[in-house]
Amino acid sequence: MTPVVSTSAAGPVRRSRGSKLLRAMRRAPGPTLCAIVIIALLIYAFVVPLFSLNPFEFSGMSVLDSFIPPAWMADGSPDFPLGTDDQGRNLITAMAYGMRTSIIVGFLSVTIGLVLGGSLGLIAGFVGGKVDAFIMRVADVQLAYPALLLAMIIDGAARAALGAERSVGTAIAIVVMSIGIAFWVQYARTIRSSVMIERDQDYVSAARITGRSNLAIIVLHILPNVMAPVLVIATINLGIAIITEATLSFLGIGIPVTSPSLGTLIRNGNNFLQSGEWWISVWPCLVLVLFVVSVNILGDHLRDVYNPRLRGRS
Amino acid sequence: MLNYAASRIVQTIIVLLVISFIAFLLVANIGDPLAALLSADATVNERLELIAKLGLDQPLWTRFLHFIGNMLQGDFGFSYRTQDPVANLIAERLPATVELAFVSLLITIVVGVPAGIYCGVNPNSLFGRFIMLISTAGITLPNFVVGILLIAVFSVQLGLLPSFGRGTVVDLGFWKTGLLSVSGWRAIFLPAATLSTFQVAFIIRMLRTQLMEVGQSEHIRFARARGLSEARIWYVYAIKNTLLPVITMLGLQLGNIIAFSVVTENVFAWPGLGSLFLQSIQGADIPVIAIYLIFVGLVFMVINLIVELLYPLIDARVLRRQS
Repeated sequence: MTPVVSTSAAGPVRRSRGSKLLRAMRRAPGPTLCAIVIIALLIYAFVVPLFSLNPFEFSGMSVLDSFIPPAWMADGSPDFPLGTDDQGRNLITAMAYGMRTSIIVGFLSVTIGLVLGGSLGLIAGFVGGKVDAFIMRVADVQLAYPALLLAMIIDGAARAALGAERSVGTAIAIVVMSIGIAFWVQYARTIRSSVMIERDQDYVSAARITGRSNLAIIVLHILPNVMAPVLVIATINLGIAIITEATLSFLGIGIPVTSPSLGTLIRNGNNFLQSGEWWISVWPCLVLVLFVVSVNILGDHLRDVYNPRLRGRS
Repeated sequence: MLNYAASRIVQTIIVLLVISFIAFLLVANIGDPLAALLSADATVNERLELIAKLGLDQPLWTRFLHFIGNMLQGDFGFSYRTQDPVANLIAERLPATVELAFVSLLITIVVGVPAGIYCGVNPNSLFGRFIMLISTAGITLPNFVVGILLIAVFSVQLGLLPSFGRGTVVDLGFWKTGLLSVSGWRAIFLPAATLSTFQVAFIIRMLRTQLMEVGQSEHIRFARARGLSEARIWYVYAIKNTLLPVITMLGLQLGNIIAFSVVTENVFAWPGLGSLFLQSIQGADIPVIAIYLIFVGLVFMVINLIVELLYPLIDARVLRRQS
């Protein structure tokens, strides 16, 4: 009797994973819409640059076309549905390039934060004692600062340390590191608390008895069991990371103008807001908001579906 | 209570010392104060004099103690960018930022608290849902996007309010205030609204959740069973129990206000501490960045401390849990 029950239980559980997601999607049209928006924007950001000249190089600009308003306005042109900026760049192309940079930078910084915070959390939770206390005190001190401010400070210190001679690559690396470091605490805390539960489980003792090294136990046995909640947090943090990068770039301490992100485009457009050329800054703002809001709503939804325990935390 | 307060105060001081040490390491290791503070044709003697004056020939720990000692006496070092004492730069910019933070807190309380209470008492009403929709937008919109959209609508399209500067500033001798003139209030409105967007949205959601939770609790059901009026139940008994998290949140949000003020001040060309900090980052002005780091840490830790020490006065159970 028992084996029959266990096999019949194992089957549906496995299958319900996928269908649970689908059902949730059907029940939740909002998140589904968000997923569609995200996919559409991803295609826009990564496909448009393949078929157009880079508007941030000389060959891709034409100053004669500068400051053309969106097509439906009085001086608009059907060639530029959303208008052009001060250098005559088609805003549709410029924003695709900007968005591609924003997404790549956001993704890289979340990865850095995840790897850094994840490793420190694993070590703190597994080793315990003084190491744990030290790592967590550092986290406490860091929590005295809002992540945005911290990213600015790290960014500023790195700029000062590296001097004025910076390539575009270095500037992007600085931004990625600043945001990654500013956000590691949340991952470390989450992983640490899961590890502290897992490390006393029987399977860990079993692995230890078979002679596995500590590193192997952490990486091969514990890590797969504690990844789910942090990956959900990482999804939500992708939106925050993209906003943080946009903010740094908007303030002029982020991604340089030669390979701009959405934030850099908004910064540039902001110079012309007062003189009435609103479209140069407002379109990138709207694209940024559309993408980030979609990522946030989808992230929140995934959190609720996969890990209801995390509901209510941010 | 005294033990609790004393241990919290000691912890705060230790954290502040750690932060000061990190800030000191920044100043000690990044940038060249000699290159920044000496003119290009300085003699060797002038150079040695400055080294001795700044104590650069001393060991690290002595220099750290000097750094702390100087700070306690109000000497925060010199800006590499403008050569002015950092203390003067900060004193000059402080009033603008404090007034901005104050007005945005005012907006948060005047707009956020009533709206949040309304949503908590009537969670399913049409207007309540509408407020929640707006507050969701307020939470996700980046600060600078809010600023740009407000400028685009209220300054550029409608021409109602100024989009930069502080308006007419009245000098009180110790404090330059923009809050004594009509143009000052007009100028502060858009930046303060931008800065408070997140706070307003956050406090609405928080009050709503809290009130809905409290509404289910035993003592509210008991009050209802006793036949007290709905108004008395909500506005006297329920709200009292939501005070603690709301005050905590207002206190803890101060750090975010400081961070976002950098962004808001940049959007509206507001001449406050945030602008100073941003210029320092752009100019790699490490002494100012370091002092700002300590200053923000100090403000944030002190607010945290005050909030925590106020807990037992609002809710005696906290103290019992501590001991």
